Amino acid sequence: MRELRIHGRGGQGSVTAAELIAVAAFEGGVYAQAFPAFGVERRGAPVQAFVRFNDQAIRLRSQVYEPDYIIVQDSTLIRDVNVFLGVKPGGIVIVNSGKKVDASVPAGVRLITIDATSIALEVLGLPITNTTLMGAFAAATGEIKFSALENALRNRFRGDLADKNIMAAKKAYDMVQGGA
Amino acid sequence: MLEITEGSHAVAKAVKMSRPQVIAAYPITPQTHIVEALADMVADCELDAEYITVESEFSALSACLGASAAGSRTYSATTSQGLALMFEVCFNVSGMRLPVVMTIANRALGAPLSIWNDQQDSIALRDSGWLQFYAEDNQEATDLHYIAYKVAENPEVLLPAFVCFDGFILSHTYEPVDMLSQEDVDRYLPAYKPVQRLDADDPISMGMYATPEYYLEFRYEHDQAMKRARNAINKAGKEFGEMFGRDYSALVEGYRLEDADTAIIAMGSLCGTIKDAIDEMRSAGKKVGLLKIRCFRPFPAEEIRNALSHVKRVAVLDKNVSVGAKGAVAIEVRDALYGKALPVLGYVLGLGGRDVRISDIRNIVSLAESGKGDQFYGLRTEVL
Repeated sequence: MRELRIHGRGGQGSVTAAELIAVAAFEGGVYAQAFPAFGVERRGAPVQAFVRFNDQAIRLRSQVYEPDYIIVQDSTLIRDVNVFLGVKPGGIVIVNSGKKVDASVPAGVRLITIDATSIALEVLGLPITNTTLMGAFAAATGEIKFSALENALRNRFRGDLADKNIMAAKKAYDMVQGGA
Repeated sequence: MLEITEGSHAVAKAVKMSRPQVIAAYPITPQTHIVEALADMVADCELDAEYITVESEFSALSACLGASAAGSRTYSATTSQGLALMFEVCFNVSGMRLPVVMTIANRALGAPLSIWNDQQDSIALRDSGWLQFYAEDNQEATDLHYIAYKVAENPEVLLPAFVCFDGFILSHTYEPVDMLSQEDVDRYLPAYKPVQRLDADDPISMGMYATPEYYLEFRYEHDQAMKRARNAINKAGKEFGEMFGRDYSALVEGYRLEDADTAIIAMGSLCGTIKDAIDEMRSAGKKVGLLKIRCFRPFPAEEIRNALSHVKRVAVLDKNVSVGAKGAVAIEVRDALYGKALPVLGYVLGLGGRDVRISDIRNIVSLAESGKGDQFYGLRTEVL
């Protein structure tokens, strides 16, 4: 079983990202489970969401403590929250940042930084980075196919909004595939 | 067909396919997504039901009471403080023998205020005369709604039912669920045929005044109906299994229990984590098994006695506490095993959303093996 933990702030769509990643993974034929770190969601407050991937039905209901993958939607969280806590050796951490990340990940963990905010602002006109980072996640981990992600986004968003989110995700996908 | 969806939406779909004629509910976290989805379905004419918006949970269940008395298949959903506000109406619905089905997205009760999961809310209504089912996952949570209607409306039973599923842990989780088709549900669950109902052309009284010459007999009849529910569940669960491959005929379900030395007993979503913990412990040579209680009312005392005849100790995990006594499940399991020389150790855990991990289950089994129990597990002593 592989596990993903998403760190974000309330309003950044971390829970939606977890849900859509699970939907895309399920389309790819694996069992997936997505759930939020249940809290009182306020805009700007640190939030977490989780996804599990497995080749059989998932029974475990505890939160994710030793993730294989981590997505950090907001690099300012690194100051306040130990976002890399428990990451497994060989794990992949994706951080949204336009600058070099001012923190070191544990040895053996691959750190990918991507300026998802700039992509989102350019493509969506909004600093909402969840869908962009889903594209990066697909490219970095191979847990979900881009076509499945595209379907998940198209089912969640309407018309033009779906197109733009898919475009933002594709941009990040291509950048990570190209070695971002 | 297997689809991936949020637990609340899976439950809302199951409710829709059960074709309730009247829904009355008041939104409350973490039940909200269920009733929002149902309100959408009614507004979009996907579900032909009367959706009554109300100003409180008391009114929600009161509206259901009236609608059910008039002969409608009726649905509500709530949790925690909302269920507490329904307390009085719960006893009226069950005493009037009205087969209302209500989803409980289990949540802790205040004070202190908590929106997080435990099972104190439905356990506090233990004595209210409703059937109580507890779901391990969202598959059970959906399927148990069909079973609940079938059993509740059985003329041998005529009792309301709670379908309990853990708030957030199941209600807000996306996972694959095998949804039945409307045709399947219609085959399994035909339209409700009330034995008697309020009818202006043929007037009757319901919920009338009972003098001391009659009240005791009313309560006895209620208790007898609950006892008959056992057979009705066996039958409804078996029929469901024959039709759709998932057998819910048993009120309890064992997991790797056949040769176990230590039996863990639990209800709800905790059972999934326990199963993973058991697989780990089994690989390390520990003979541990689970007895899941799916139906808490009627209480499956006989099934528990039979299932545990060979074990050396029983660890009961309660996401509730009867303050001043123990967890409710531990109390009742000990009662079921009265006269047997079998240690029953109770652990109160996971209250107010405290996460329960595989390592916690391992620790509890170790505690049970050393005879230590009847305690709150996982206390942060530094804040006491």
